[in-house]
Amino acid sequence: MQTEFFTHLRCRECGRPYPPEAIHVCEWDFGPLEAVYDYEAIRRQISRKRIESRAPTMWRYREFLPLEGEPTVGTQVGFTPLIRAERLAKALGVREAYVKNDTVNYPTLSFKDRVVAVSLSRAKEMGFTVVACASTGNLANSVAANAASVGLESYVLIPADLEASKVLGSLVYGTRVVGIRGPYDKVNRLCSEIAGKYQWAFVNVNLRPYYAEGSKTMGFEIAEQLGWRLPAHTVIPMASGSLLTKIAKSYQEMIDTDLVEKTPFAIHGAQATGCNPISDAFQKGTELVRPVSKPQTIAKSLAIGTPADGYYAIQTIRKSGGAAEDASDEEILEGIRLLAETTGIFAETAGGVTVACARKLIASGKIPREGSVVLCVTGHGLKTAEVLAGVLGSPRVIEPSLREFDRLVSSDLAETPIPEGPGA
Amino acid sequence: MSDLTTEQTIPVRIPTPLRGLTGNKDLVSARGGTIGEILKDLQAQFPGIGERLFDQTGTLRRFVAVYVNGEDIRFLQDQKTPVRPEDEVSIVPAVAGG
Repeated sequence: MQTEFFTHLRCRECGRPYPPEAIHVCEWDFGPLEAVYDYEAIRRQISRKRIESRAPTMWRYREFLPLEGEPTVGTQVGFTPLIRAERLAKALGVREAYVKNDTVNYPTLSFKDRVVAVSLSRAKEMGFTVVACASTGNLANSVAANAASVGLESYVLIPADLEASKVLGSLVYGTRVVGIRGPYDKVNRLCSEIAGKYQWAFVNVNLRPYYAEGSKTMGFEIAEQLGWRLPAHTVIPMASGSLLTKIAKSYQEMIDTDLVEKTPFAIHGAQATGCNPISDAFQKGTELVRPVSKPQTIAKSLAIGTPADGYYAIQTIRKSGGAAEDASDEEILEGIRLLAETTGIFAETAGGVTVACARKLIASGKIPREGSVVLCVTGHGLKTAEVLAGVLGSPRVIEPSLREFDRLVSSDLAETPIPEGPGA
Repeated sequence: MSDLTTEQTIPVRIPTPLRGLTGNKDLVSARGGTIGEILKDLQAQFPGIGERLFDQTGTLRRFVAVYVNGEDIRFLQDQKTPVRPEDEVSIVPAVAGG
């Protein structure tokens, strides 16, 4: 299988074509460059059967990814579980709910492994030896780990006040972690300037057209795992808005290449109330995304005040018949607990945002109660476990005595009767 | 005051996509007391730069971000943001990150 599918880059604003190089912005209007494919050739090449015969990784959708040769980084990434969540559905008040569980993505437990697999494979194709990123944490973890796995040198730039687990989860791979004083948007701006000066592969700056395409694989997997059909409703967390636009793109690509039937798919966006430039603009009925200068939310992975794809995210949501919501810190924590208690999945704060916003979208009828919804849960809870300190209470401690244990259980029984086990 | 502000020159960082118009320079000087004046002076010095930065209605394009000492001018006074010689102005493509 070779390169005839991905052809070149194109400005999303004016349509001017660009060669497939390490560039991300149109010289004429600064619009984002996007990968272009020959869908006719893809349609002739692939089928459901062919995809099903391949290894269970994101690379089973290789034709839709912008590489020239075969992937060399992150070859095991993706194909995470899609689980039917009956108890969660009941709690949310909807007929059917599924969780796309990227908390167990390989190797760094977030959806970012998908975008990094593509961008580092592309960086290697282009001959880069140093890779870098601006990150709210998950991306830094993934760049550090995947770079280490193939011996690429890496720099990861993060806001200096990130969660301890996310900082450690980068440092351990021997990357160069640079903390920047200020919010993510300042890290991002600095990285744009660094990328203009150093000849490095910044995965989400000069390699962004390749990087962003990796997110599509989450959408391909959802549709395949649903039995080759598109979900009527998908709820997706928004930071830059890129994941949301790419999942919508993946659904459309599957329609265009005859992999699924053309059925309506509403795309819903979820943000934290303390940093909600996209959901705020959506709710006000405008496409003008007003930047948030000082994001204040426990969902730090979503705390992007000037979202690069905010405009496109709003267009995608509107065009698909979806809606956008946001969730307070308290609702985010409730969302994390609800997901954990009903599905056994421990999500990071962004997952709490998705669950809390899905609940609101169902309550307001934007997602019909008799409908079916897929929740995209994008990162593992151990990465942001500190937000739960003081929320969950502590274990009760007793002496190693059966009498003490009996006393503890009888007090539990007094509160809520526990059914006796089969051995009783 | 007006003499001082119109004569002062301010360093401006030029992003890669515009360097074709600045003779490949990544740092240039421009005159003006506000961001609006600085951007106008850039157009005078480097013809063609204006149409890259502004759309037909004269508004800064959606994906162009301008910073003064690292602060987005949308959080200051947009094009009316005053600048002084010790300031540094950066023009940065807004499509990055996330």
